[in-house]
Amino acid sequence: MEILKQISESLEKGDFNRVGELTQQALDQGLDPKVILDDGLIAGMSIVGQKFKVHEIFLPDVLLAAKAMYAGMDLLKPLMIKENIPSIGKVVMGTVQGDLHDIGKNLVSIMLKGAGLDVIDLGNDVPPAKFVDTAISENADVIGISTLLTTTMPVMGEVVEMAKERGVYGKVKIIVGGAPLNADYAEQIGADAYCFDGVNAVDCVKRFLGAG
Amino acid sequence: MREIIEIDAGQISPSIESVLKCQGIPENAIPDTRILRLAEEAISLFEEHGRPKAILREITKKDFENIYRGEGKNAEETPIESIYNSSDFLALFAVTVGEDISTLISRLFQENDFAQGSMLDSVASESAEKSAQTVEAIYENYLRQRDSFPDSYGILRFSPGYCGWHLSAQKKLFDFLNPEEIGITLRESCLMEPLKSISGVIIVGMKEIFKFEDNYWFCAECEDHSCRERIEHVSNS
Ligand code: B12
Ligand code: SF4
Repeated sequence: MEILKQISESLEKGDFNRVGELTQQALDQGLDPKVILDDGLIAGMSIVGQKFKVHEIFLPDVLLAAKAMYAGMDLLKPLMIKENIPSIGKVVMGTVQGDLHDIGKNLVSIMLKGAGLDVIDLGNDVPPAKFVDTAISENADVIGISTLLTTTMPVMGEVVEMAKERGVYGKVKIIVGGAPLNADYAEQIGADAYCFDGVNAVDCVKRFLGAG
Repeated sequence: MREIIEIDAGQISPSIESVLKCQGIPENAIPDTRILRLAEEAISLFEEHGRPKAILREITKKDFENIYRGEGKNAEETPIESIYNSSDFLALFAVTVGEDISTLISRLFQENDFAQGSMLDSVASESAEKSAQTVEAIYENYLRQRDSFPDSYGILRFSPGYCGWHLSAQKKLFDFLNPEEIGITLRESCLMEPLKSISGVIIVGMKEIFKFEDNYWFCAECEDHSCRERIEHVSNS
């Protein structure tokens, strides 16, 4: 459909005003919000992610596109909630207790939302129990934990232990990220995966959800 | 000597090139005008909202030994250890570009201005580095004025959390330096607030003492091997 293609292309260019206008037009034409989201916004964001992966575009381009995506999503979300249309999955994200580094976590959240996932961002300095409690109460599929300091890395292990205690380990997947981490550390603490950036996190979460 | 230094934000605002590099844009890439505009805007936001400050205090080798050792968690061998043992002057420092910048970055993200927020984050990180460079230059000048920095001397700084020096040494460093006076506090986790802050030691001595190989075990995990460029700078200065 032409308008969906236009949404996707305007999003790629980061033209947030145009994406907002076109999304409204598509709704006015009676298109299903889920179709606009999937075939317009997410389709555009997915091309942006691919281009970023092969270094054809750079971080600021991705973030301008994300702003455009949100301009469209802000119009669709209330309708989707009203019509009870489920998202493809829910992720609880946060930076661990003791750490305030949140730029990386924010970038990952933006990419996950761009892929159509619901993200509950707990912010920074998040106690282990809050990750697990929120995942349970919100029926989340994935917990994403971030830290940039070696001194706060062990807190990630505490989140994993707490997930075990509450009986959700394995059911709620746990992904970790941040500069001092690596896949070995993730394995050592029992996390399900280590992701080095947002695009990688999207691939990983989709794999867990069986959607990619 | 112990000094509190107010730095002019304009003096430490970074170049567009360094900000773009921090954003992961390769040097040979030609970014479009939108990106350049974001970078320019971020630099001017920094110049308006950055409140860079520093604290610098000289320390004896004996006192530093205790601070360096921290909680006994350093790597067995580090370049810092051999260098400071042969040094002639040492000073501890802490710099910050202030809390306002972090608040502004968060606000930009909340308003979905992600590209501007992320660009400002890079500007603030680069500026924090430049503040640390400025403090290093101030210490060098201070020694030169006292004829204590002949041409055969070099100067280099190191921070806890790098090069085998464990982050937990921050606690003793803070006890000695008291950066709280310029608004930097330390959490139990050794995180400094404001976020865009740097602490460390400045080491001064004969140029030869700064030569070392980057083949310690922790160097394998080091991303940029920035010591190479820095020690080259020492030998060419
Ligand atoms: C820029 C920088 C600074 C800047 C700004 C700090 C900041 N981040 O705001 C300045 C110069 C001020 C600074 C200061 C310090 N720094 Co510093 N800094 C860095 C550097 C070079 C980049 C960090 C960054 O902003 N990256 C950009 C963001 C977008 O990336 P990111 O957060 O890593 O997130 C990405 C991925 O990691 C991943 N990801 C992140 N979280 C998550 C979560 C999930 C679930 C997933 C899936 C993925 C994911 O996706 C993100 C997007 O791509 C790193 C090294 C590095 N290469 O990362 C060191 C680093 C973080 N710093 C370090 C240190 C030690 C310090 C200091 C303690 C030094 C000192 N003594 O002064 C201080 C501490 C400051 C404080 N407030 O306490 C260490 C920390 C390790 C340790 N030893 O604990 C690092 C790792 C460098 C090193 N030694 O290797 N730093
Ligand atoms: S390679 Fe990296 S870790 Fe090793 S000494 Fe140089 S800067 Fe430090």
